[in-house]
Amino acid sequence: MTQDSLDLWDSQMRKELREEVRKALADLGDESSLPPVAGPVVELEDLCLKFGDHTVLQGVSLDLQRGETLSVLGGSGAGKSTILRLILGLSLPDSGQVRVEGHDIAHAPLTQVLALRRNMGMVFQEAALFDSLSVYDNVGFYLHEHTGLPEEEIRRRVRESLELVDLEPNQVMDLLPAELSGGMKKRVGIARAVVHRPRILLYDEPTSGLDPITTRTINDLISKLQTELDVSSIVVTHDIRSAFRISNRVALLFEGVLVFVGGPEEMVASEDEYVREFLR
Amino acid sequence: MSLSETARTPLRYVNDTLKGWALHTQEYFRLLARSLHGSVSRPFYRRDLVIQMDAIGVGSIGIVLLTGLFTGMVLALQSAVEMKQFGATIYIGRLVGASTIRELGPVLTALMVTGRAGSGMAAEIGAMKVTEQVDALYTMSVDPVRKLVVPRFVAAILCLPLLTVITDVVAILGGMLIAVVKLDLTMDLYMRSVYLTLAETGYIFRYIPIDLFAGLLKPVFFGAIIAITGCYFGLKTSGGTEGVGRAATRAVVTTSIFILATDYFLTQVLIALLIE
Repeated sequence: MTQDSLDLWDSQMRKELREEVRKALADLGDESSLPPVAGPVVELEDLCLKFGDHTVLQGVSLDLQRGETLSVLGGSGAGKSTILRLILGLSLPDSGQVRVEGHDIAHAPLTQVLALRRNMGMVFQEAALFDSLSVYDNVGFYLHEHTGLPEEEIRRRVRESLELVDLEPNQVMDLLPAELSGGMKKRVGIARAVVHRPRILLYDEPTSGLDPITTRTINDLISKLQTELDVSSIVVTHDIRSAFRISNRVALLFEGVLVFVGGPEEMVASEDEYVREFLR
Repeated sequence: MSLSETARTPLRYVNDTLKGWALHTQEYFRLLARSLHGSVSRPFYRRDLVIQMDAIGVGSIGIVLLTGLFTGMVLALQSAVEMKQFGATIYIGRLVGASTIRELGPVLTALMVTGRAGSGMAAEIGAMKVTEQVDALYTMSVDPVRKLVVPRFVAAILCLPLLTVITDVVAILGGMLIAVVKLDLTMDLYMRSVYLTLAETGYIFRYIPIDLFAGLLKPVFFGAIIAITGCYFGLKTSGGTEGVGRAATRAVVTTSIFILATDYFLTQVLIALLIE
């Protein structure tokens, strides 16, 4: 069986899921005609979440305004990454609301959740690239799955995304994730997250495990994407220096409770005991 | 700690354990139901299906050939010792044929595929889980059950009967090798003896010997068990690389037990339905 016929099979079979997503988009109104949300792009309201006896989040209320970059700081196990899972609809809160572009993702039907995720891109801590797929297939994964675009167009968009994250497409497209350095993996992860031009970008520890120079490069990249793609971003990190460099606002979590939200300068000036301890 | 609290601790332990088991059972059968639904509804990931058929089916041919050959040979060799005493060596073909087609072929094939492919499924999906690749699928609006589990499920169901046929044929040929070389039987006599065994229990759908039908129906169930158990433990993996190893081990042990237990109950049902 040739590769072409397998590809053809695949694309035919995926039509069904595309239809599902399209239907969900129709319920919401067409993607392009989704009314611009006047309020926050993401809104968390009084979120509470427990795993067994362990309280992960306690009354967290937070919002992300259009076009801004918000960093969520906190120590290990403070509940930072859980916030991203809640926004993506991968976890459900025990109580409270998670509104993405005005829609309550926690209580929406699956088709609507899929449609809402379409407007989001997620950059995972260890990039989470699919081991068995090349860089090209990784970055083009979403387009292959959910769009009926011709291969040439997908190739063009993949190249564009790789160039956006300062990677030379010809050099990396055929490589497997195992052949990439840590920094390159993160960049490919970012390219995969932005290939479908989402309006919201979520980063989970984008600079963890990187050397200072690569960390600066990734931070510059996050700032560049904010302006070039006009995205709103939430960056979960424990790296204070990176957070101050890239963020319009910073939030600080301590044992599931939000202890501070404000600009970097306000945070430095804060008299709160835990904030001072964290900054020290 | 008061007396009532001390008494409550083991009770709570039993309570939590039972709840845990109930939850696992529910989720296991839910995964089975979703896989069955995914097998007959779109979207299909046919390319992944072909890849999995290559991994489970083609990749297992080598061990299945060796297993079948040596099982057939040792069956003939062992039974010859007893049968020689009664001058009944001409029945060796019956013994090898019946035990292979009814039981050893399906069960040994399933156990070998469990060790090779079932553990691989748990490890591969487990590694994807701990490195957040499964979450990445969710975030890109792709259902991991359809993308990862269904192709493995369908591939295992399709490949196991075919692999069992290979085991059966090679085991019978292995038995024939011993019968001809060590016991001086003719090929014709041996094969006729195998055929008589098949004919004895009768036919289903006019031409298919009941033994063969039952022997090829079992692997369909075994294939489903291998895929669902492997994928279930893979998707439940937590705790980094150590967790991946644990998932693979649990998958192999649980699948093996499930196969042996299911074999008993299936045999009961098939005897009741087809023979009695």
